Amino acid sequence: MALFTSDKNSEKVQKTEAVLEDAAKAQEAEQAATGKVRAQSYWQVSWNIFKKNKLGMICLGIVLALAIIAILAPVIAPYSYKDQNLAIMNQNPTFAHLLGTDEYGRDILSRIIYGCQISLSVGIISQAIALFIGFVAGVAAGYYGRWVDAVVSFIIQVFSSFPFLLFAILIMFVMGPGLINLYIALGLLMWTTTARLIRGDVMRLKNSEYIQSCILSGGNSFRIIMKHLLPNCISTLIVVSTLGIPSAILSEATLSFLGLGVQPPDASWGQMIAASQPFLASQPIYSIAPGIVIIITVMSFNLLGDALRDALDPKMRS
Amino acid sequence: MAEEKNTDVKDLSGEKTILSVKNLVKRFPIKNGVFGRSNASVHAVEDVSFELRRKETLAIVGESGCGKSTTGKCVLRLTEPTSGTVELDGEDFTSLKGEDLKRARQKMKLIFQDPYSSLNPRMTVMDIIGEPIDIAGTYKTKAERDARIEEVMEEVGLNLEFKYRYPHEFSGGQRQRIGIARAIVLEPEIVVCDEPVSALDVSVQAKVINLLEELQKDHGLAYIFISHDLSVVRHIADTVMVMYLGHQMEFATKDALFEHPLHPYTQALLDVIPRIRHERIQEKRILQGDVPSPANPPSGCVFHTRCPKAMKVCSERIPNRIEAEPGHFCACHLYNTSLTDGDRTPQVAHAIEAAQKAVEEARLEEKISE
Repeated sequence: MALFTSDKNSEKVQKTEAVLEDAAKAQEAEQAATGKVRAQSYWQVSWNIFKKNKLGMICLGIVLALAIIAILAPVIAPYSYKDQNLAIMNQNPTFAHLLGTDEYGRDILSRIIYGCQISLSVGIISQAIALFIGFVAGVAAGYYGRWVDAVVSFIIQVFSSFPFLLFAILIMFVMGPGLINLYIALGLLMWTTTARLIRGDVMRLKNSEYIQSCILSGGNSFRIIMKHLLPNCISTLIVVSTLGIPSAILSEATLSFLGLGVQPPDASWGQMIAASQPFLASQPIYSIAPGIVIIITVMSFNLLGDALRDALDPKMRS
Repeated sequence: MAEEKNTDVKDLSGEKTILSVKNLVKRFPIKNGVFGRSNASVHAVEDVSFELRRKETLAIVGESGCGKSTTGKCVLRLTEPTSGTVELDGEDFTSLKGEDLKRARQKMKLIFQDPYSSLNPRMTVMDIIGEPIDIAGTYKTKAERDARIEEVMEEVGLNLEFKYRYPHEFSGGQRQRIGIARAIVLEPEIVVCDEPVSALDVSVQAKVINLLEELQKDHGLAYIFISHDLSVVRHIADTVMVMYLGHQMEFATKDALFEHPLHPYTQALLDVIPRIRHERIQEKRILQGDVPSPANPPSGCVFHTRCPKAMKVCSERIPNRIEAEPGHFCACHLYNTSLTDGDRTPQVAHAIEAAQKAVEEARLEEKISE
């Protein structure tokens, strides 16, 4: 019996060895083909760490699903978001309308699906604007220092000392409601976080020896910023944006709720909640459904941001 | 490694001077208050002068904080010197600007102390080594550029397989090789090595030092070798400059300095090199006290507060650079022949005398009062 199992074991060992050899050969062949030796880059290591975070992976899945829903909204949505049908006003869920209809007889599910487009685009575009302004301001303050730093830091202080919502209402009031103005208003409001973090990063990196070496070789500021500072700030930018996107989505919902954001007939989650208020008792699903969608979206982005921070932070690696 | 002498002594007599540093001074202002007024300054480098020939290795040694690294950085103008001139190939390097500075800097490179922070973690080895050529635009085609990088990688002993890897995948010694490759890729004339091996294991140190020596032989490089490790210096240097608190204490050829140190500070420094021999600890001259603050350096000779041979004059006047022996410079009053006997009173005797006088005066006063 013992003999038998050991034989079997050795057979197994031989098999695994053969598999390993094949793998090694395949890798060599691949290397010869590409001319590169595959190395574990920083991003690969980060991905490996990220993969182990189950919650992070779930959130990444939800975020990707939301993105797909937003892109494919016209295909997925069972009805148009704006076609009114006054015969079926304020219906509770039926098989034809899974989440019921609103006060103009529009399908709530379709409006939520289209609202996804608005919410994600607000989150991403306003955050992109914020990242751009924040990165430029942060690099200018951290890299050039002296009076540039003093001026930029002062502006950051001024911007971040306003109450967020009041300032947003003010900007939207001045520029007038509308989607593009909403992007700009939220971008203008959120760049200070990015600028602060990038400024700190740059101040830390600017005296590093590889940048001194670049200066010694005659590299100009543009090269230092693009080749050395930006790649080393990327992880900060990623984390800031995954945490900034949900706050932009929430702000959009708030502003639309107050009537200063997305204008009807465009569908926005915040605006839907606002519209559903008179029917809270008779048709609770009307306000609960967009509310739950907002919660899920914001939470997934936030948790994704946390997971990314853990994966990208070099201190988390042993 | 250090005990045996270099068998093949380099003949540097025919080589031309390529770097000449005169009266280099660097003071860092200390800023106070909201408006950043500077009331005082840290005297990092005070009046340092030296010359460097082709193929020569000049070692700058001293305790930490003595200004050796600052001297190196001032020579490269990574920090602008407060005053003094640096002449590179007969050209005044300190006054260059813009494109001229960029061109002149290609002749001088720096190897850093810490191989972990001197390489950008987000760049591949090839891009790190290739950065100086990319900036200078030496090669027109990518193939030529890559060929040159591979050539340098082979020269410093890096496996070509690693060219697309990132710095964090390498050991300290390999990283330092990458740093060296980056420094020599443009074929500079002078390489400032800022403690290039002090962050490495001893076994790796020897390899890196040998690599530096080989490169010097092959390319005629001149090194400014900044180090606090005297055994390494003894191995690699041709001439040695000893610094203390920003001042140049002694400047001599390696053999003259190690066999026959003149300055009391150098003597004390050489005494504390660990040796596996029969010497007794008692014979060593071990310095007492700490290095004074460079923000508030002592008057006269900066070393007089710790010098076992301090004299009265030492706290009063700054010693000049004296050529005590041919080619052997020393900034110490001991070798100043123009001093009077009064100046030469040992500081200790002076102190005792003053104390005795004070006691006698006190006694006289007591007698009078009686």
